[in-house]
Amino acid sequence: MTKQKLVVIGAGMASGRMLETLSDLAPGAWDVTLFNAEPRGNYNRIMLSPVLSGEKSYSEIVTHDAEWYEAHGVTCRFGEKVTAIDLAGKTVTGENGAVAYDKLVIASGSTPFIVPMPGHDLEGVIAYRDLEDTNRMIDVAGNPDAKVVVIGGGLLGLEAAAGLRLRGVDVTVVHLNSHLMERQLDEAAGYLLRRALIDKGITVRCSANSKEILGKDGKVRALLLDDGTELPCDLLVMAVGIRPNVALARDSGLAVGRGIHVDDQMLTSDADVLAVGECVEHDGAVFGLVAPLYDQAAVAAKTLTGQSACFVQKELSTKLKVTGCDLFSAGDFAEGDGREDIVFRDPARGVYKRLVIENDVVIGAVFYGDTTDSSWFFGLIRDKTDISQMRDTLIFGPNMQGASVDPMQAVAALPADAEICGCNGVCKGRIVEAIEAGATTLSEVRAQTKASGSCGTCTGLVEQVMAVSLGDAFKMPATAAVCGCTDLSHEDVRRLIKSQELKSQDAVWQELGWSTPNGCHVCRPAINYYLLADWPLEYRDDPQSRFVNERNHANIQKDGTYSVVPRMWGGITTADELRAIADAADKYNVPTVKVTGGQRIDLLGVRKEDLPAIWYDLNKAGMVSGHAYSKGLRTVKTCVGKDHCRFGTQDSTGLGIKLEKLLWGSWTPHKVKLGVSGCPRNCAEATCKDVGIVCVDSGYEVSVGGAAGMDVRETELLGKVATEAEAIALTTAFIQLYRENAKYLDRGYKWVAKVGLDWVKSQVVDDLENRAALIARFDLSQTVYRKDPWAEHAAQAETYQPLADLTLEAAQ
Amino acid sequence: MSWIDVGHIDDIPLRGARVVKTMQGCVALFRTGPDEVFAASDRCPHKGGPLSEGIIHGRQVTCPLHNWVFSLETGSAQGADNGQIQTYPLRLEAGRLLLDGDALSKRTAA
Ligand code: SRM
Ligand SMILES: Cc1cc2nc3c(=O)[nH]c(=O)nc-3n(C[C@H](O)[C@H](O)[C@H](O)COP(=O)(O)OP(=O)(O)OC[C@H]3O[C@@H](n4cnc5c(N)ncnc54)[C@H](O)[C@@H]3O)c2cc1C
Ligand code: SF4
Ligand code: FES
Repeated sequence: MTKQKLVVIGAGMASGRMLETLSDLAPGAWDVTLFNAEPRGNYNRIMLSPVLSGEKSYSEIVTHDAEWYEAHGVTCRFGEKVTAIDLAGKTVTGENGAVAYDKLVIASGSTPFIVPMPGHDLEGVIAYRDLEDTNRMIDVAGNPDAKVVVIGGGLLGLEAAAGLRLRGVDVTVVHLNSHLMERQLDEAAGYLLRRALIDKGITVRCSANSKEILGKDGKVRALLLDDGTELPCDLLVMAVGIRPNVALARDSGLAVGRGIHVDDQMLTSDADVLAVGECVEHDGAVFGLVAPLYDQAAVAAKTLTGQSACFVQKELSTKLKVTGCDLFSAGDFAEGDGREDIVFRDPARGVYKRLVIENDVVIGAVFYGDTTDSSWFFGLIRDKTDISQMRDTLIFGPNMQGASVDPMQAVAALPADAEICGCNGVCKGRIVEAIEAGATTLSEVRAQTKASGSCGTCTGLVEQVMAVSLGDAFKMPATAAVCGCTDLSHEDVRRLIKSQELKSQDAVWQELGWSTPNGCHVCRPAINYYLLADWPLEYRDDPQSRFVNERNHANIQKDGTYSVVPRMWGGITTADELRAIADAADKYNVPTVKVTGGQRIDLLGVRKEDLPAIWYDLNKAGMVSGHAYSKGLRTVKTCVGKDHCRFGTQDSTGLGIKLEKLLWGSWTPHKVKLGVSGCPRNCAEATCKDVGIVCVDSGYEVSVGGAAGMDVRETELLGKVATEAEAIALTTAFIQLYRENAKYLDRGYKWVAKVGLDWVKSQVVDDLENRAALIARFDLSQTVYRKDPWAEHAAQAETYQPLADLTLEAAQ
Repeated sequence: MSWIDVGHIDDIPLRGARVVKTMQGCVALFRTGPDEVFAASDRCPHKGGPLSEGIIHGRQVTCPLHNWVFSLETGSAQGADNGQIQTYPLRLEAGRLLLDGDALSKRTAA
């Protein structure tokens, strides 16, 4: 019997597996010609990463060598690209000539996608796909000062970056999305991964949009980002995705969509042509991991030998081959209708686990930091196991199943040497001793043992130990938690943000063990404020964590329109400003124009769509946002003072204007209002403001902690100073102390009552060095925030418009 | 169903919302995750607050006027409050947001 002629295009991972299976099923039955564009035979492409990092050599990852091909009757045409397929004549043409086939298998893989931005064709811009790319990177690493930029924070990009870093290269990863590997990981796991990569010395820039690749003499020199940043580099690796390699198949007339169409038997639209690997599209899906390709290879081999077999798509899982970054993701973990999450976080160990459950079946999983049980969970996903019986303990893995777990019992069962507080190394026995010696409250236990005194996340455990030891004598305290997402109080959260240097919302949620994926309307604005107050340069304000007024920079009204209040510094205005306000009122049909209790003018009833335009007009007349909507500096009310008034002692109007110009734009825990009166008659009502200054002949009386809202409070004297400069310094330092220490939504007077006026005095009146430091930190923060938000938002007017207007289309 | 392309997912900030004007009133599109969006009526059943201006957390939105919280999956008010908002089929395809035109026109009948 003459042998059948099989031609295979592409010597990649899929065809390699297919040839192996084929020679097992029907040894010697085929006369095989194997083309490969790469000048080599099959190797384990996924192990290029260990080759890059130096953990393996190329020879270790070769899967089929010359001997194997020889022994299995394979004619190798390596380094030769196939240029045409003639389906009717059943021949394949390579660069060195044609060959006839009885059966043809296309396994041409994919091609890396190169973003066609300016400069993409410069020398030194490469993808990460084959040995050539890998060797280019290894070569660059030979230069001790080499810099490489990797575009793309997915699996490939990160493996490239980690490998280069291990070779000592200065690497920056530029990623368009706000978190890494967004297709495999959720935000929490993405955050942990990013932190681990940064710890390795890799620079990671998320939410970064590449604009252009800059070159010099035809060679890459730097990457230019949208925001103007230039990242110098000697090599630029683009790892932004792959596209099935279908050109050849399409040209020959085979049915092609995103990939080459195949049926369950891996047959293409031509009965003598099969296709396997990343180049195919099966039932709408294309592929990028080897597991399904191996299944395809087995099916194709069976189809060729006339056995019946069916390719079935299965759940896939991903791991990242970067040492020290243990992550696992599988299935579908997007949130969706009828889906529930089980989230487990262990901040001390940097562990995050999340399961997504639908109809009592686990459909997705994301783990970071501890992936020991990942195969068990993957089994649950693949087998669609009904988990309703083990739901409560599911997240703890296979070892916890079967036993019912009551946290109290679990704590009671702990041996005396079990560690309770990891930070301070306090075991259960030590806590029990303290209790037996008379400690009855958490703070007593904390004082005596240090347990729960550092990161605080073991507080609940300590309390459970107390409950077990003291029985009914101990009442679990109802701590005033920020909200239902955490047991921590505002004070604890503020302290931990500072002491653990938490600089992002993801960091807070993860490190402080938040129980929800991203907080709620109560905690988010608070966390956002704490982060921007403590890390003005590192953290960026998040508008989506702000109440509508602060997000839209206007006060929402009960009918959904807004009010617009421009600043009127110290209550002083001009005819031009008034004219511009009047013009704006006309132009935008403002129904109500009102003089406010804060010495300025309110334009009420403006439509959201008109906000950017009215701001633009007011900006043009020199006016800026009055922040009548913010937890920030509102107004500085003044009286006319000594310029006009027969009793005036100092320039109260001038001082008010100076203070407003210094303090405006700053965010504070609650709103801050100031008043400056020119004499003790106090026409500016300064003594019921957060800070009130009353001018007297000998100087300035600065008093704090007043209010005239739901509570009416008179201010208390903070200090009496001789000069205007000192009055300003005292005021600024006081406000910064409030910004750094108060609980979100505590108005100044509430906070002063909690910490005591004496403590405030010790910080800003007595300790001059501390006063100066507070002022310096305030000034630093103002370099970021003393900007007119209206001007910024007027420039993005489109975001204030509806996304689409379907009323313009004919009604159906 | 008749899918209407109303924009790109990146037009909506993460955990933000935008509205689409329709003959039946505003429909709010909420982006709860990098690749997760929901569509629902923009009008709070309590006193008509614009839900698209609320704070979005998990798969819920909090009304900006008086803090009622709605599930974006089911449209029901959470906790002690009683109320329901209409939700609409919304598809995400290659980044494009596709709203079901038929469901929009059926709204008055519902
Ligand atoms: C416009 C104005 C009333 C007026 O027509 O004069 C006003 C309007 C509002 N005040 Fe006020 N307050 C206004 C001066 C005051 C004053 C008088 C003052 O500042 O001298 C007070 C008492 C002084 C004080 O604050 O201690 C005042 C005490 C309050 C309070 C109670 C605060 C408290 O700590 O008890 C609230 C509620 C809050 O902030 O949580 C409030 C909240 C509000 C809000 C923002 C309610 C809201 O959240 O929607 C109102 C917005 C209306 C709008 O859409 O524009 N408003 N409000 C005044 C704007 C001043 C400005 O130019 O910015
Ligand atoms: C660095 C790296 C790490 C990876 N890590 C993992 C991982 O951890 N886990 C995982 O599951 N997957 C991983 N992958 C993906 C995995 O390698 C691919 O899914 C797999 O190699 C695809 O196999 P294939 O046979 O379809 O294509 P390929 O292996 O790409 O083989 C196709 C071959 O066809 C040749 N060819 C194309 N056109 C022609 C033509 N006209 N004429 C002749 N020859 C042609 C190409 O030169 C190529 O050699 C990784 C990929 C890379 C690059
Ligand atoms: S007193 Fe009440 S009603 Fe009047 S403006 Fe202030 S908050 Fe509104
Ligand atoms: S209008 Fe929505 S809660 Fe009142």
